[in-house]
Amino acid sequence: MPVLGIIASQMSGHLFAPSGAYDSIATITVGSGGTSAFNFTSIPATYTHLQLRAIVRGNRSGALDDLGIRFNGGVTNITSHTLMGNGSTVTATGSTATGFSYFTGIASASETSGVFSTFVIDILDYSNTNKYKTYRALSGYDNNGSGRVYFSSGVQLETTAINQITGVPSNTTFVEYSSFALYGIKGGN
Amino acid sequence: MAAGNTYVPIATQTLGSATASVTFSSIPGTYTDLVLVASCSTDHTAATNLRYKFNGSTGSVYSGVFLTGNGSAAASTNSGGTSTLGYYGEITNSATEFGVVVASINNYSNTTTYKTTLSRANYASGLTSAVVSLAQTTAAVSSILIQFGAGNIRTGSTFSLYGIASA
Repeated sequence: MPVLGIIASQMSGHLFAPSGAYDSIATITVGSGGTSAFNFTSIPATYTHLQLRAIVRGNRSGALDDLGIRFNGGVTNITSHTLMGNGSTVTATGSTATGFSYFTGIASASETSGVFSTFVIDILDYSNTNKYKTYRALSGYDNNGSGRVYFSSGVQLETTAINQITGVPSNTTFVEYSSFALYGIKGGN
Repeated sequence: MAAGNTYVPIATQTLGSATASVTFSSIPGTYTDLVLVASCSTDHTAATNLRYKFNGSTGSVYSGVFLTGNGSAAASTNSGGTSTLGYYGEITNSATEFGVVVASINNYSNTTTYKTTLSRANYASGLTSAVVSLAQTTAAVSSILIQFGAGNIRTGSTFSLYGIASA
């Protein structure tokens, strides 16, 4: 049980016990030298939903990198839409492509050292073989005056259960300390 | 392979009376990410940003980028420089319609990267927003102070902190 202090002038507080509906499946942490992709394979079909949580930075110079994902090799089209705010304007974009769905920009070598992007992706009903596979994401980075925040969603036009998730930067590599964690969320009986 | 349950409620605070701030302290470093879930409002004269501070720091190290929709237009702004408090997003001053915030602080306990908070803040009568906020510190997060930019946090506001541990 964690030891936790609670400070407030007027409040009630309590500690909880774990409930057991959210499991860690695997984590990929990038070591020195970076990596050109992350790849979760042999994802079990025993959960109802998946959630991918990460911090990430690319090493592209002079411009943002974009981060793309695909499921099961990405042999079918992925349609996606993104709403992005950069601190001054809002931009809505959409695309359809085979391969990777680039859903967010990520901090790169042009940003201050130590600044990483962060994202949370939900992939609902990922093992259902009657539905196309849809994700939604919230992502972004800030660098005190420059930064971006994104709402994104995409659908891979494929009904096969997802057993593999691959992510790549649009240019160069993910740098050291980038970390990607995949979780499974159980449904009720 | 799955490593067992990893989404753990750490603590919840429910305000019995209006207060300037709440603090989660002695947060263990044993998780990978933190998630804050809040239902709250301010007693200020207008809606205002819910804000945070890590580890009791006094430095002007926080900034943010905002994406908002108010029912008629979308907009994006930034904090216009650093501040002594970070940003979760704008929340209502209604005494009855509380706003909601869900915020993730991924990799909060590493001592290598700056800490970025990604949040969604909404109050249905006025605004929905997504916010990314940077804390230019590599220190592990062991406490989080939460307050409004102006006004007290109203009675009945709730704040729950969760820890997520990865394999």
